[in-house]
Amino acid sequence: MASGLYSQHLRNPKVRVARNLVMGIFLFFFAAVVLFPLVYMLAWSFGPAQEMSSGSYAIFPKTWSLDSYKHFFASSQYSVKWLWNSFVVAAATVVSNVIFASMAGYAFAKVRFKGSKFLFFLILMAMMIPYQVTQVPLYILFVNKFKMTNTFTALILPGCVTSYNIFLSKQFFSGIPTSLIENAKVEGATQFRIFRSIILPLSKTVLAVMAINTFMGNWNTFFWPFLVTSKESMYTIQVGLKTFKFANGTLLSPMMAGATISALPMFVLFFSLQKYFLEGVTIGAVKG
Amino acid sequence: MKSKAPTLRDRRFRITLEDLNGWAFIAVAMAVFAVMTIYPVISAVITSFQNYKPFGAEWVQFDNYKTALTNDLFYKSIRNTAVYTLITVPLSLVIAFSVAVMILPFQRKTQSVFKSLYYIPAVASGVAMSVVWLWLYDSSPSGLFNQVLSFLHLPTQNWLSSSKTAMLSLILMSLLSGQGSSIIIYIAALMGIDNTYFEAAELDGATFFQKLRYIVVPLCKPTTLFLLVTGIINSFQVFMNAYMMTGGGPDNNTTMIGLLIFNNAFVYGKYGLACAQAIMLAIVIAALTAIQFKVAGDDVEY
Repeated sequence: MASGLYSQHLRNPKVRVARNLVMGIFLFFFAAVVLFPLVYMLAWSFGPAQEMSSGSYAIFPKTWSLDSYKHFFASSQYSVKWLWNSFVVAAATVVSNVIFASMAGYAFAKVRFKGSKFLFFLILMAMMIPYQVTQVPLYILFVNKFKMTNTFTALILPGCVTSYNIFLSKQFFSGIPTSLIENAKVEGATQFRIFRSIILPLSKTVLAVMAINTFMGNWNTFFWPFLVTSKESMYTIQVGLKTFKFANGTLLSPMMAGATISALPMFVLFFSLQKYFLEGVTIGAVKG
Repeated sequence: MKSKAPTLRDRRFRITLEDLNGWAFIAVAMAVFAVMTIYPVISAVITSFQNYKPFGAEWVQFDNYKTALTNDLFYKSIRNTAVYTLITVPLSLVIAFSVAVMILPFQRKTQSVFKSLYYIPAVASGVAMSVVWLWLYDSSPSGLFNQVLSFLHLPTQNWLSSSKTAMLSLILMSLLSGQGSSIIIYIAALMGIDNTYFEAAELDGATFFQKLRYIVVPLCKPTTLFLLVTGIINSFQVFMNAYMMTGGGPDNNTTMIGLLIFNNAFVYGKYGLACAQAIMLAIVIAALTAIQFKVAGDDVEY
């Protein structure tokens, strides 16, 4: 029993079992409601790749096949490349955030340098600014001035070190005892050496959380890739799915197949790294 | 002592090894921050006073702000966003809190299973979820929600394409898909409550609901405030559902401020107007956040 909130029933096991049963059933029922759209998506992704006459489809398809997946991949010669583009953007963003955001976070937490308070304050403020404010100038910068439409640089650069990740790692590094760093300094270690050999090995969890959140955010993001790509060959999977949706709005199963394809890598990642996903939610919120 | 004062001051302006270390560590991050955040914010403020053209913009003073503030659609989109926020954010908190309280008495393994189940929808992208919900709201009798209505012997609806139900549909979608992280955060807060509070309450003969009302709710207030502030900030920026599912329609009944700014900038090319609206949005969000901290902040610290 985790909490005394319920403890008045502890002495009567029958009451406790009955209570947990009722709540358990309710929780499963509500979870089923919340998960139903995803079950519907998965089930119908195996439905026929043709238009349904209205009123003719049930909750689940009658015949199951891979036709709709074939239809989605055949819709554009670049459909596989969309997945690859998304992967490249997400992976590159993860690498640069894990390196550079954590370095900055460490400096703000443990290195006493001039300007650190002011700069960190700016970063905190920046996290409150809605993305609509920065999108127009960034669009003008990348598309009109740099002429970088349809490049990986334009897709990756704006998110390559985020304020949120600097903040997240700073919060974590602040909790590491300063004596650890002072001792290493006495023994003549440089700050970079301390960061690499002492700090990073202690911070695997927070770095994993950062990597996962960043990967998921970039895989799922739509707005910016949509603005800076115009060639099908440079679409990310989310932009591709949106384009597919507007062209095949009446085809239920192929749309579900497309949605499944865009979401499946994240589901696989979630089920293999569940612990870090769930931990990431609370790490980000504590002291937020 | 007198002679020491100047040297102390000197030391403050001398560049130390720690300064160099610190600057080296933040160099890349700050370069990115300057170009990708500071510059765009300043540029957005400047653009909001301009009539933007690729070659040479012209200054128009407050014209963009005036245009925005005299446009009915701007007010309509603010009203839509406010309605959406006022319904989804508080209801989400109530749902998340109730689910978290119900998950609490189970063992850790069971808790994790429930946490995962409720978190899964957050893993799928907004585009994918919109595509799925679009079909759930299909206006034919086969659409899932219409099947539910038929089952209950109620008339079927044109969910997303009727001005009566379009906003309701977006609200329902938000309530049924986005609670995973709030539930997890509430569970963490509930687990952090010291058992002595409950023991003391039990000695006084407090019932379950009294404990909930007088111990849990007050002690979870910082968490509630955090979820409320982030919820409102996110809700005011909402874009995906309106863009993908209704296009703002019917009759602009679901045009949110985020969609309006997007349309002005990237459909009509009115960058100045879009920037002015985005800055007003930022000011509204900052004001709302400040008000919430003021109202709730005084007694948050126990």
